[in-house]
Amino acid sequence: MKAFAELYGELDATTSSNAKLAAMQRYFAQAAPEDAAWAVYFLSGGRPRQLVPVRVLRELAMAYSGLSEWLFEESYQAVGDLAETISLVLPEADHTSTDGLAMWIEDKLLPLRGESPEVLAERLPALWSQLDRASLMLCIKLITGSFRVGVSKLLVTRALASMAQLDSKRVAQRLVGYTDLSNRPSAASYLKLIAAESSDEHAQRGGQPYPFFLAHALSQPVEQFEALLGPASNWQVEWKWDGIRAQVVKRDGRLWIWSRGEELVTERFPELEALIHCLPDGTVIDGEIVVWKADQPHTEGAFDPQSAAAPAVQPFALLQQRIGRKTLSKKILSEVPVVLLAYDLLEWQGEDWRNQPQSRRRAQLEQLIAQSNHPVLLASPLLIGEDWHDLARQREASRQLGVEGMMLKARDAMYGVGRTKDVGVWWKWKVDPFSVDAVLIYAQRGHGRRASLYSDYTFAVWDGPPDASERTLVPFAKAYSGLTDEEMRKVDNIVRKTTVEKFGPVISVKPSLVFELGFEGIALSKRHKSGIAVRFPRMLRWRQDKTVEEADHLATLQDLLA
Amino acid sequence: MDLVIARPEGLYCPAGDFYIDPWRPVERAVITHAHGDHARTGNQHYLAAAPGEGILRSRLGQDINLQTLAYGERLLHHGVTLSFHPAGHVLGSAQVRLEYGGEVWVASGDYKIEPDGTCAPFEPVRCDTFITESTFGLPIYRWQPQAQVFAEINQWWQANAAEDKASVLFCYSFGKAQRILHGIDASLGPILTHGAVEPLNRVYRESGVYIPPTIYAGDLKKSDPLVRKALVIAPPSAGGSTWMRRFGDYSDAFASGWMRLRGTRRRRGVDRGFVLSDHADWPGLLWAIEQTGAERVMVTHGSVAVLVRHLREKGLDAQGFTTEYGDDEEEPTGEIEFTGSLS
Repeated sequence: MKAFAELYGELDATTSSNAKLAAMQRYFAQAAPEDAAWAVYFLSGGRPRQLVPVRVLRELAMAYSGLSEWLFEESYQAVGDLAETISLVLPEADHTSTDGLAMWIEDKLLPLRGESPEVLAERLPALWSQLDRASLMLCIKLITGSFRVGVSKLLVTRALASMAQLDSKRVAQRLVGYTDLSNRPSAASYLKLIAAESSDEHAQRGGQPYPFFLAHALSQPVEQFEALLGPASNWQVEWKWDGIRAQVVKRDGRLWIWSRGEELVTERFPELEALIHCLPDGTVIDGEIVVWKADQPHTEGAFDPQSAAAPAVQPFALLQQRIGRKTLSKKILSEVPVVLLAYDLLEWQGEDWRNQPQSRRRAQLEQLIAQSNHPVLLASPLLIGEDWHDLARQREASRQLGVEGMMLKARDAMYGVGRTKDVGVWWKWKVDPFSVDAVLIYAQRGHGRRASLYSDYTFAVWDGPPDASERTLVPFAKAYSGLTDEEMRKVDNIVRKTTVEKFGPVISVKPSLVFELGFEGIALSKRHKSGIAVRFPRMLRWRQDKTVEEADHLATLQDLLA
Repeated sequence: MDLVIARPEGLYCPAGDFYIDPWRPVERAVITHAHGDHARTGNQHYLAAAPGEGILRSRLGQDINLQTLAYGERLLHHGVTLSFHPAGHVLGSAQVRLEYGGEVWVASGDYKIEPDGTCAPFEPVRCDTFITESTFGLPIYRWQPQAQVFAEINQWWQANAAEDKASVLFCYSFGKAQRILHGIDASLGPILTHGAVEPLNRVYRESGVYIPPTIYAGDLKKSDPLVRKALVIAPPSAGGSTWMRRFGDYSDAFASGWMRLRGTRRRRGVDRGFVLSDHADWPGLLWAIEQTGAERVMVTHGSVAVLVRHLREKGLDAQGFTTEYGDDEEEPTGEIEFTGSLS
């Protein structure tokens, strides 16, 4: 536990990838395989379900530290992280446990799940008293499932690969699905990750998908595309769908569906399970799961409704309605039906096709879709343009079509691993976000590196035009990202000086700050006072040039809805 | 009648007609210590504890109209008996004890409980009303013994030197810098200082405080092999400036009580954060308040609302005092002062 806590401390303290890589290499070089197994699990994003309810955890921490509830709450608000707060207020341990990470997880922490508050009250403080402060914080993060550290899966892969002297693509392949709840890390599973290459590795992969190839953002003006990317004809262009990225794996008579988070989601999409009958064994398709309806509310006018390529995708909000459900009723399935918009073929006839050029994979994919002839398997249409400017014009229809922009994929490129550019590149060419000028009215202290700073804000717009006799500010969105550290510090300062009232952790401020707020989507909402919900709101710019009176009003938002 | 009240110019003693650490120019200013937010220029008369004279004059001007008292020495002014008592914060820092009509008030200024060898250690003074700071007034702030922190700094320095890397330690140049210099193991290598730190080292040395030999960093070239083994003491403002270039590939660290929190550590963006403060931690504040025996406590700068509420729950008559004292540890304090609604 201590060694992993030290590793966490090192990873947390630096922003240099090389330093992080070196720290992980040092850790893996000395860790016992069973400990390393869990370390890989946590570092690559694995999270066991919460072991102890947060409420119980808080109560025990208060009792054990002797703090009253409000004082604990004040402390938490200043720290911005529950695990860290608890580790700071509990008495310092007099001796520290030398047990490894695996023993801690398997013998001490996992058995806590489902225990009564009485049993937890007995066991947790006894565990806490064996840990130094750094290990204690880590332990609580593991208990609450809030462990997060700034390393990418790619970096973990590189650390393991260099230690085991393997190709990092091989390790990435083996790591796929490692953090899925169905897999429990063990010395054996770790040793498999770093084992020497074997000839039957391909045959043993079961339902494993391939590491997803991720796109890079393209934000240059279209005038530079020719110079940057060459002629448009070298690129395969598609819409960028706003759904769930997924791989459908068909092998040995079975079908698996994996989300981009490498979570097995087969059961959530029963309509796609029908593909088991039409896909041949040894097939892996990459695509996007979207809600697809026969009526085409978005395609009137600007788009040719006759075209077979006319997408009938529905807003992500609709998909969200069924993601969270444990059971999918008939009603949901008929009201919110999904399809797979396929755009890549990663395995064909049992062979890894990732090293085939994009154009060849696409051609084979189209053939496969035609042969399958199933209504839930559609090809993500290819967009054809004379040149980049022509494509840019087509891209203007993105919002009406309910897509986020375009994807550009080099025709001769291979399918890479993660967000890499070494064997080919995918660009996401997104449309500019919606934006409005909004007024900061509430603030709350942030978490992580924004801890203690008033950095999480609620924004409002006016409910009437500037000439309205009486108008008020209506809150409609919360945002915390987009400011530089310097700006955040300044805003924090102003917020403190203009505080009006405090409601628990939230303070209201005298309206004086205007920000240009960007967001990706907008929908009607009964839950919000403003009647509007926006997706992925963030601050684009601090409008120091604008007064509060010049901020936008609700009508601006309503216009965007149309 | 209250012996000290909050006025727009600063904390004011009506009976004696003088201010304590005023933030606007006044006729008579009693100064607790020489940090910029407590000792400001422009006052007609200054009164301070004698050990702080050198620093005060070097910061506010050699020609200020300054009268000093030894710790414990009493002065009678308009019927108010005034004396200074060690606050343990920085060289010359003092609590101000005021006695008038049988009532005793003590204004703490800033204070630290753990003795550090660079200034007279904090002495609790019995009083009826205690005016306390609250910079680190939350239970999350609890300091480890400074010997541990110095050992950590030594270790870090040694490890860097072994890799031929300079160790740049950012800290407040008055007080913290000298405390670190006094506490670390100077035999580990050369110690370089920034131009803002060196004049204060001189005053400390002249006052008889042991500060190991230091070299002014500006006197060395980048190519000088000494640089790669050195500990460099610099103010935070030097970070990211061209001044840093002379150290090549260095490791950096920041020493402050705020480094206790992961968020502030990460925001600072240095390799290491050493938790070292010249203020009392939460247990220290509560201990000091208890030691005074005061039944009434006025809380100034820091976590005012929290400390006031906590003291009230313990049965003390506590209230907030709005002041303009800042933070000599140079980080946003993370606390709002809702003093207006409490008093």
